[in-house]
Amino acid sequence: MKQLVVISGKGGTGKTTMAASLASLAKGGMVVADCDVDAPDLHLILKPEIKETHDFLGLKIAQIDPDNCTKCGECEKACRFDAISDFQVDPRSCEGCKVCTLVCPSEAVTMIETISGHAYVSETRFGTMVHANLFPGEEASGKLVTMVRELAFKVAEREKKDLVLIDGSPGIGCPVIASITGTDIALVMTEPSISGAHDLERILGVTKHFGVKTLVCVNKYDLNVEMTGEIEDLCREMGVDVVGKLPFDPGVVEAMISGVTLVEVEGPVGDAIKSVWDRIRATL
Amino acid sequence: MIISVASGKGGTGKTLVTTNMAASIGEVELVDCDVEEPNSYLFFPDREEETSFDCNVTIPAIDEEKCTRCGKCSEFCAYNALAVFPKQVLLFKELCHGCGGCALVCPEGAISEATRPIGKIHRARSGDVRLLWGELNVGEPMATPLIRSVKAEAKGDLVLIDSPPGTACPVIEAVRGSDFCLLVTEPTPFGLYDLSIAVQVVRDMEIPCGVVVNRSGVGDLGVQRYCEKEEIPILLEIPMKRKIAELYSRGILFSQEMTEWQERFVDLFGKVEEAIK
Repeated sequence: MKQLVVISGKGGTGKTTMAASLASLAKGGMVVADCDVDAPDLHLILKPEIKETHDFLGLKIAQIDPDNCTKCGECEKACRFDAISDFQVDPRSCEGCKVCTLVCPSEAVTMIETISGHAYVSETRFGTMVHANLFPGEEASGKLVTMVRELAFKVAEREKKDLVLIDGSPGIGCPVIASITGTDIALVMTEPSISGAHDLERILGVTKHFGVKTLVCVNKYDLNVEMTGEIEDLCREMGVDVVGKLPFDPGVVEAMISGVTLVEVEGPVGDAIKSVWDRIRATL
Repeated sequence: MIISVASGKGGTGKTLVTTNMAASIGEVELVDCDVEEPNSYLFFPDREEETSFDCNVTIPAIDEEKCTRCGKCSEFCAYNALAVFPKQVLLFKELCHGCGGCALVCPEGAISEATRPIGKIHRARSGDVRLLWGELNVGEPMATPLIRSVKAEAKGDLVLIDSPPGTACPVIEAVRGSDFCLLVTEPTPFGLYDLSIAVQVVRDMEIPCGVVVNRSGVGDLGVQRYCEKEEIPILLEIPMKRKIAELYSRGILFSQEMTEWQERFVDLFGKVEEAIK
């Protein structure tokens, strides 16, 4: 089984649009996993019909029982995350380390399991999709990414599919690392701007660090042809192939509004994505 | 006064708004909390670098002489950052949250605390705009301790925070304590969906918010309808113009070339000030 992840350092460079189009091109030959769990958008195009719902248990959070609390303040002193004040725990700051339970002399602190989101296995017009939603502001998005990937892997085995496609999140931190470790190919989306180039260099550092084979696709390349050239130079220096350059096209937003992928409508971007897919298949 | 600029969806124009607003109003400290991909300083090429230093986090240091491999530390660790083998204890330092619990549970007093860098904090100045940003080291998973440290360095009376995208813990850390949060979105279904999650986050944190619509003119009216229904003011619309996109791509503040926008960003700041009162 192969795993392909679509990521980008910079946000808004077309990860989800690309992932949806690849799902469409694979014609049911893959399982799709939306791992951008705190801003998931793939469902807006793939319109999944939910078949299974799983609770996501995030971090355990401390809770102080006011009846047993003697207000000694030891927990507040020991907490490194400033999560306790006035003998109450701020669940948004608590990182679930349990140090407060250690220092409390009157056993007033307990750790409570919380449901921090849901993961779903769903049907779409392109086959099975696994996706999730993290409740707003929750922690442990990396842990939920791992859960989505594990579910997708199981479904792919069950359905005898040989590819899992992962739509990742922007950045270079915990959810990104959780979505790329152990994958076969990372397709990195970028755009020809000073921010895009800067962020690309950092995400290429991350994929190299974790030893993941990386391909790059430049979105809206014609907005700044000179910068696109600089990005191609950077990729050459880092030994990474540029497998596609997508033109700027207002039709992209129109397709998104209609809830269809770019290969389901006629247009220059859809054609460019088809050749990206051919390059990816050749690499796989 | 602290104003943060956030968005659920990435690439909607947080940095565009933060940098142009900072340059237009002046006398401000721009704090870039998108430490995974900090970009705001790139738009101030004339900046004079002032300082840069490591951001350190706490990790355990184990005295192998005193350690009896009893395993209490690894049993306690909520993050699976410690593994105890018959001959040694392994620390997976990227997983450690620095809570200090292992040192507390060790019956032999074999654990003390050390530090290690996870990123850098930079300070620079461009005219009357002070720039402060964090830069997470490549391969490091945890952005929140760095965001916390960057914010602790902010000293200005007027602080503009460029937040990371998304709606999870790094965003919470970045916008916490703000007097107002500007949510930048684009008028598309993706922009709307992610905006609605971001609104839940800031409302839950009891931070007043307003919306900036970027690339207005493309897409549909979903964002406008949503804001009307939820009674969230749309404080500025930046039209989809190829010139703005091109200037941005070259790292140029568009309000410096299209000077009528300086006044619009000053107005935007005025509306935020008014809303805070």
